Amino acid sequence: MIGSLDARVPPGSLDNKWTDHKFSMRLVNPNNKRRFDIIVVGSGLAGASAAASLGELGYRVKVLTYHDSPRRAHSIAAQGGINAAKNYQNDGDSVFRLFYDTIKGGDYRSREANVYRLAEVSADIIDQATAQGVPFAREYGGLLDNRSFGGAQVSRTFYARGQTGQQLLLGAYSALMRQVAVGAVELHTRSEMLELVMHDGRAVGVVTRDLISGEVQAHAAHAVVLATGGYGNVYFLSTNAKMCNVTAAWRAHRKGALFANPCYTQIHPTCIPASDDFQSKLTLMSESLRNDGRIWVPQMHDDVRGPHEIPDAERDYFLERKYPAFGNLVPRDVASRNAKTVVDQGRGVGPLRNGVYLDFTDAIRRDGEQVIRGKYGNLFDMYERITGENPYRVPMRIYPATHYTMGGLWVDYELMSNVSGLFVLGEANFSDHGANRLGASALMQGLADGYFVLPYTIGNYLADYLGESVLSLSEPVFQAAKHQVVDDAQRWLSIKGTCSVDHYHRELGKLVWNCIGMSRSRSGLEKALVEIPALEEEYRSNVRVLGSADTLNQSLEKAGRVADLFELAELMARDALAREESCGGHFREEHQTEEGEARRDDANFAHVAAWEWNGEDTPQTRHQEELEFENVELVQRSYK
Amino acid sequence: MSRTCNFTLDVWRQAGPTAEGKLVAYEVNDISTDASFLEMLDVLNERLIESGEEPIVFESDCREGICGTCGLMINGQAHGPQKGTATCQLHMRSFNDGDHIVVEPWRATSFPVLRDLAVDRSALDAIVAAGGYITVNTGAAPDANLIPIPKTTADTAFDAAACIGCGACVAACPNSAAQLFAAAKLQHLNLLPQGQAERWSRTEAMVETMEAFFGSCTNHGECEEACPKEISVDFIAWANRDFIKAKVKNRKLAG
Repeated sequence: MIGSLDARVPPGSLDNKWTDHKFSMRLVNPNNKRRFDIIVVGSGLAGASAAASLGELGYRVKVLTYHDSPRRAHSIAAQGGINAAKNYQNDGDSVFRLFYDTIKGGDYRSREANVYRLAEVSADIIDQATAQGVPFAREYGGLLDNRSFGGAQVSRTFYARGQTGQQLLLGAYSALMRQVAVGAVELHTRSEMLELVMHDGRAVGVVTRDLISGEVQAHAAHAVVLATGGYGNVYFLSTNAKMCNVTAAWRAHRKGALFANPCYTQIHPTCIPASDDFQSKLTLMSESLRNDGRIWVPQMHDDVRGPHEIPDAERDYFLERKYPAFGNLVPRDVASRNAKTVVDQGRGVGPLRNGVYLDFTDAIRRDGEQVIRGKYGNLFDMYERITGENPYRVPMRIYPATHYTMGGLWVDYELMSNVSGLFVLGEANFSDHGANRLGASALMQGLADGYFVLPYTIGNYLADYLGESVLSLSEPVFQAAKHQVVDDAQRWLSIKGTCSVDHYHRELGKLVWNCIGMSRSRSGLEKALVEIPALEEEYRSNVRVLGSADTLNQSLEKAGRVADLFELAELMARDALAREESCGGHFREEHQTEEGEARRDDANFAHVAAWEWNGEDTPQTRHQEELEFENVELVQRSYK
Repeated sequence: MSRTCNFTLDVWRQAGPTAEGKLVAYEVNDISTDASFLEMLDVLNERLIESGEEPIVFESDCREGICGTCGLMINGQAHGPQKGTATCQLHMRSFNDGDHIVVEPWRATSFPVLRDLAVDRSALDAIVAAGGYITVNTGAAPDANLIPIPKTTADTAFDAAACIGCGACVAACPNSAAQLFAAAKLQHLNLLPQGQAERWSRTEAMVETMEAFFGSCTNHGECEEACPKEISVDFIAWANRDFIKAKVKNRKLAG
């Protein structure tokens, strides 16, 4: 059904593509913009910035979010910062360097033209956010401050204490609320998108469920924009917020949108380990801690002694031992996999033996407690609040956790999926981070897509439909989609099984973490492809969802989301199995160098894998978009 | 080290916005002191589902104290006993074995209860929509370093901007006033050079919208005590000063 994938990358040299394309795209004149209806699903950085910008341009915009307020979207939790090629530090940064670092960080699995455009508009984001009043960190002279971040040799990260995501989201949210106030944007909170409505091969609307009243409602539009975030919660335990899910993207996938590179997930090495089976989520601790903390585990297996009772000679500082040059500062994926190895060997620490020590004793002895408190005081406090342990006295315990997903719905250069009229922004799409995302690049991409890309490209699509009204809500496609949502809800309620939705979500998460986590093998993936469907079958016949569909019913909301995560998990396994190489966040044990590093296969896998839905009982079809690298040379990395 | 405790909870149960609500007692045993307050409720909900009773509705999302979705009255204190801590970051080690804990939703007329412990806080969004922004269309911004902002000013603006919009200030206030929320947003923007053009119109519009929904401030200071981000009541004083000035400056004759 789908031929070769055309990313519609414009011709010309890399640095002129976007400028030339902006000129060649069709425009919708200001008076005609108000004749177009656009639905934006999601109110995070990408969704809020897109909706605000489209409202300013004069389009009629409807924003749908399942949160009680747009400001709750999970972008709010991003800590570190946002990259931009401003070169304010005079340290040699440029658009090309940011582009290059991002392509390399993504392990050469992203599309050059998209990444270059991202780097190009990055500086505008900082200007826009500053004008909105985002309180970025400043120097004493009153100008903006920068910090450096992993994967770059320049200081290009703008930040707002440890709350950069919060402040950028509040900026976008305030711009959005300004459009709500003038009537340009209609805001529907507590509305969860559950179906994409298609007509003549185009996206023409969505169906939502009101989470308070249970009312199922159809919405028609000329175009639908999904900005619905990532799918890290497929692992159950992740640093994602509790409500993050794949449902909006997945329902679009089931209607024909291709899902690209689902196996590309990112694991963050420094999170607080789970403390018990009741653990509901994991908390990230800034990676900067690795600058002063030393990572170790006991040499002996099942060592029950406390950290202070283990003499230095009986400790294994495994990163320093294996990577003398980089030591504790090896990249995220290397640090994560090594922690997994020692824990799997039975050398984990803590009550559940599921962590490794991050020890500040030497740093405190060297610099004094005051210096360490000055650098990391707020992180140490957060750690103590969560664990009840004082990290100035007892080594921290850390373990890797999922916190970002690079895969997502496939989009072309204009951020449109293969479904006409369906645009996908931010973490929900697959486009810019390849197989691994650099720190401080998620905020950049969400806002680039929403403020500076979509507002141009959507006009190029809409120009064809001038004078055409939206499809009537009485059309059979809308009625059918509404029935589907109502029937789904009734089906969950009528199962009346014995175990809760959370029980199954937790079990699924363990499976996905063990088989499609930090390290993947053929046998593990094949096992996943047997066990995930089996667990899913049990879920669909034995889940217990109490209550009714016409009230606020959180179990019912979760039931559908977890069902979609099951289907996604299976596709992740399939994708990971088909990608016979290691790259970025995807590490296949069969494909490593003698030193245990990831080994890419550029000859056979320098492509995007985009999967097409074939119905409930048939596996998806794998399509390929070849990646062409005309401006960078593909190299293998080493941290010895 | 972790240990397990038993608690008796009195939880507010209310089937819907118009239904009658009441406190229902639950015995919650064998809870690890490492569990967060919300994880304790998760465990209780799992047990309720097992026994065929509908779980308690409560809201949360990030569970790291930044999204502002969660918020419970715990023994009459907004977000519970630990200072500067949102409900999701409160852990059971803050309680003693055998404690009796009363769990209620935010109590304020402008935050109607939706179900059990979930309330509607959309009135806070209405205050922001009234003027909690700087008017700058996408693409219209000058270079970010064009306007230097003294570090102390930027830092103070940040202290105000740290608000997570949870509504604890309203819940803690005997008058159900939203002054701390509104003042934090106002002073974040009013302190910055970028925010000057709309300073007076913003102040009047946001304060008047706030007063349409919420009670009046009588300087109790309970809001600062309850605020998980410890935002200072000084911002309220500044906002009051701006409001009085705005009333004069916004008169047409004053130009």
